[in-house]
This record gives sequence, structure tokens and C-alpha cells, in this order.
Amino acid sequence: MFASTAIAELSQETLALSKRLFLQLQRRPSTLVAGILQPLIWLVLFGALFAKAPMGLFPGGGSYGKFLGAGVIVFTAFSAALNAGLPVMFDREFGFLNRLLVAPLRSRYSIVLASVLYITSLSLVQSLAIMAAAWGLGYGWPGGTGLLVVLGTLLLLVAAVTALSLALAFALPGHIELIAVIFVANLPLLFASTALAPISYMPGWLGWLASLNPLTFAIEPIRAAYLGQFAFDAVVLEAPYGALTAAQCLLLLLVLSAGLFVSIRPLLSRKLS
Amino acid sequence: MITLEHISKRYGGITALDGISLEVPKGCLYGLLGPNGAGKTTALRILCTLLAPDQGRVVIAGVDALADPRGARQQLGYVAQEVAIDKILSGRELLELQASLYHLSAARGRERIAMLTALLGMDEWLDRRCGSYSGGMRRRLDLASGLLHNPAVLVLDEPTVGLDIESRAALWDVLQQLREQGTTILLSSHYLEEVDALADRLAILDRGSVIAEGTPAELKRELGGDRITLRVREFASHDEAQKVQQLVQGLKGVSQVLINRAQGHAINFVIEAEGSEALLQLRKQLDAAEVPVFSLAQSRPSLDDVYLQATGRTLMDAELAAVSSRDPKAEKKQAMR
Repeated sequence: MFASTAIAELSQETLALSKRLFLQLQRRPSTLVAGILQPLIWLVLFGALFAKAPMGLFPGGGSYGKFLGAGVIVFTAFSAALNAGLPVMFDREFGFLNRLLVAPLRSRYSIVLASVLYITSLSLVQSLAIMAAAWGLGYGWPGGTGLLVVLGTLLLLVAAVTALSLALAFALPGHIELIAVIFVANLPLLFASTALAPISYMPGWLGWLASLNPLTFAIEPIRAAYLGQFAFDAVVLEAPYGALTAAQCLLLLLVLSAGLFVSIRPLLSRKLS
Repeated sequence: MITLEHISKRYGGITALDGISLEVPKGCLYGLLGPNGAGKTTALRILCTLLAPDQGRVVIAGVDALADPRGARQQLGYVAQEVAIDKILSGRELLELQASLYHLSAARGRERIAMLTALLGMDEWLDRRCGSYSGGMRRRLDLASGLLHNPAVLVLDEPTVGLDIESRAALWDVLQQLREQGTTILLSSHYLEEVDALADRLAILDRGSVIAEGTPAELKRELGGDRITLRVREFASHDEAQKVQQLVQGLKGVSQVLINRAQGHAINFVIEAEGSEALLQLRKQLDAAEVPVFSLAQSRPSLDDVYLQATGRTLMDAELAAVSSRDPKAEKKQAMR
């Protein structure tokens, strides 16, 4: 009885808080649109940049656009999740958070949970839009099972990045600082991954960076799914420290997001207590 | 209904609250009076579980707020000073969100919102987006969200700052109605007349300490003597006022002669005797001492005099001093999580 009341109250407050975020999105859709537009431009412009490169120059044997697709899809989800902390930061700054904190919430983690729900849906919707656009440009479609792989991989990455962004939203003094960090983190992480070029094209040091970059762990299984070569035990990344299978990449992402959520807990508890 | 015991709070090196204790009986409308920076907001934030005191005990409706903050929050409605609303939501959507955070059922939420809409006259605009609301509308919406779960205790931080006279009167009405229905209300204010008119009891807070506590009538009666305000001209200079101060200090039956800078360097003092005869006597003495008189006013002690007696300055003077020493950036940081 007690446990069921707790769960009912927890879901009531979490749903109400998420509803607010979705209403905001519905009435101010610029975040949604910009989050699709930017990767779309990447896809079109970067895809065109190497349009005349000889076939087979890139791993997988297709065009550069086919190679690029997986990178841009991951970048879309990553950018969306990186912004997860912004609404929370604004609530801190404008005092709306205090309004939430005087209420007898069953758990104050429902505030965090609502943000995670919101940003996960937002980033998946944006990624699906980019996948559709890539298909329209002739860069392929992963198929039924492939789609599950793509969405599952994105979920793991989004969870990790959301945790990081929420932690920043509570640790940094204001939105200016948060935006600065997002700005600085965003593109270098993209360039230091296998989104735009394979490791074999990179100098040694960059190859190392790219093989340690979590974005790469998401990009390579998705790329394999797009090429129709996905299997959990298939090698998807030839890293300088050894070959990684798809399963190992996904496991790394899982460990990363679980580890991040565990390590930001003390910060969240302190800020929400 | 509300007990604060020996509450202390420091921010860095600054003592915001220095061991204050308060006791608010059930059904009482209690005023917390003091100039800006006296510690009123800090006290209320501690009471509402937004801030942990360095030491002390907080009990709300029998619930220890430090041991069981969630239990305390259920008893509390809090109307903060800086109204934080979500501009893009309508007032109704904001109240619905609030209803869910207090775990009201959908039906109960609708019923309470309808009831408060009628009580606070929000019918016409509740479905408009909050961004378009005037200050008075926002304050009413905020009061509604504080009252949504029908709390036993309502806490308001400077509820009438920046309100027009009409909205203020309407708010006073609602607060008096709520008190009649048995809600315990604690409100902070730096408006003397507000506390005098509304509060059953009050505490005067200055620099983090309670310097006086009681009913408005008690506090004024305790002071005794009549208050005199003397102006030698409409706006006297400080030098001139000091000369007159010395002259007045030499008079018989006169005490606490002060220069009131906020009133154009008028001279405030207390005479032992009371009534109109006393004023005539005083006038004769002033004439004999060759003090020029622009105006001479006599009154029974006011709450301002209670403050003056305890701190040596008027509330207005303290307020003016506080305005220049405020640090909005530091205040924002304190309020932020």
C-alpha cells in the first residue's frame, strides 16, 4: 500500500514536470527545429564536400555520405543531450526551482527524471528526423533490426551526456558559463571522433583521442548497422589499443552512463537537499 | 503553530540571523517587521525548508521541519518575494502543475483551482499566458499556488511590495478572510501601516535579532509618553537641527531627542507628560528658549517609535541605509541552489 502510493505520487509529479517541459517545447519549438537544422546542414554540406571522392575510399565501400550518416545521427543526439542542463539552469537562476522545492515532492529526483525523459524524447525525435533526411539523400536506412540497434545505442549515449549536462547545470554558477562549456565541448568532441573520418586517416595522437571518445563507441555500432554488418561479436573499431566489437562498444557506453549517474548523485543530493 | 527556536544563519562572514526565536499561535496573523537586510527573508526561507539553519529548531504544525522537511512542506504554503513564474504557461497550467506537485487528485485540483479563481478574481485572465500578467495578477496567482493544497500555515514574504493600492487592499481582505477561517499566517513586511493594520502579533527584526515582540497595542503602550515632531523650518540643515537638538535636550521632561534625516532633519523627541496640556507647556518652553517653530506635532507612540526606541533610528532611515548597502548579486547567489 505504502509502496504503491509512493510510486503513484512519484509518477504524478514526474509526469507533471515533464508536461511542463513539453508544453514549453510545443510553444517555443525553436530548440527542436534548430536541433534538426544544424545536423541537416552538416549532412548536406559535408556530404557534398567529398561527393566526388572515389567510391570505396571510405570503409564500407559506399559513398562518403553513407559513411557520414552514422556520425551525424550520433552528433544530433549528442548535441540535444548536451543541452539537457539548460532548462534546469534557467529554473535555478529564475527561482522556479525554489517553487518546486517548497512542494512536498516524494523525491526531488523527479525533477531530474523529468529532464531525462524530456531530453531523451527530444533527442530521439531529432535523430529520427535526421535518419529520415539521410535516407532521402540516398545515404541508406538501417532496416528493422538496425533501427533497434541505432535507437538503443543512442539511448545509452544520451543517458551519459544528459547526466553530464545536468551535473554542469547544478555545478556552474549561471547559464553563460553552461553555454560556454557546451560551446567548447561540442565541436571538438565531434572532430575528435570517427564521425567525419575513419581512424586510419588520422595521425596517431588523434587516432588515440578518437578511440577514447565515447562518441566513437556510439558511431561505430550504428555505422555497422547502416552497412548491414551489425553483429554483437563483429569488430567495429580498430583502435590503437586493440579491436573492439559492437558489444564491447555498447558495454563501454553502458558503464559510462551508469558511472556518470552514480558519480553525480552526491552533487544532485547536495543541491536538491 | 510555528515555532522557531534559537535560529542562527551566517553567510560567509555575515551574520544574517543571530539566534532568533518566534512563536506563532494557531489562527494568528503574525507580522515580521524590519528594514531590508534585517534577516526577514532568511528567516522565512529557513521556515519553508529552502535553507538549513546553522543551528536551531523549526516546528510547523507539530512537525519538526529539519527532521521531516517533507511533512513540514505539506503544512506550508509559501508565497516568495520574487515571483518566479513560467511565462510561457498559462496561470491555470501553472496551478495544475502545482496541484500535481502537492499530489492532489485531478478532481480535487480542479475544485481547488475553481474555488481560488473565484476567491481571488482570476477568472478573466487565468487562461492567458503568465508572461502577459501585471504585478498584481502575478501576486494573486502566486497566492493561489500557495493556497492550493489548503495549508494550515501560510507564509508570505513582503506580499504587497510593488502593488497598487487597490490590489493591496484586495490582498489584505483575502488575508483577513483566511485568518477568520483559521489559517495561521506569517507575513514579513517593511511597511509599518501594513503590520499595524493586519497583524494580531508582531516581531520586529533588526540586524538578525528580534528586538521587540507582542501585539501592536502592547508594544506601543509599553513605550509610554507622547511623541513630538518639531520642525524649525520645512527642510532644515543638519547644523541647524543639531543646535535645536541641544536646545531641546535642555528642556524639562524631555528625552530621546533625535534628528530625523528622512523627515528633512525634523527633531523627534519624547515627553513624559501626555495630552494637550503637555503640548502647551512644551510650546511655552520652546518660546522661552527661542526655538523657531515651523510645525509641532504630537502623537501617541507608533510602531515606528517602537523601532526607534530599540535601535536609535527610524525604520525609514534604516531602510534608506539598507538600500545603498544592498548587494543584489550576493542576494541572488544566496537564493540560488
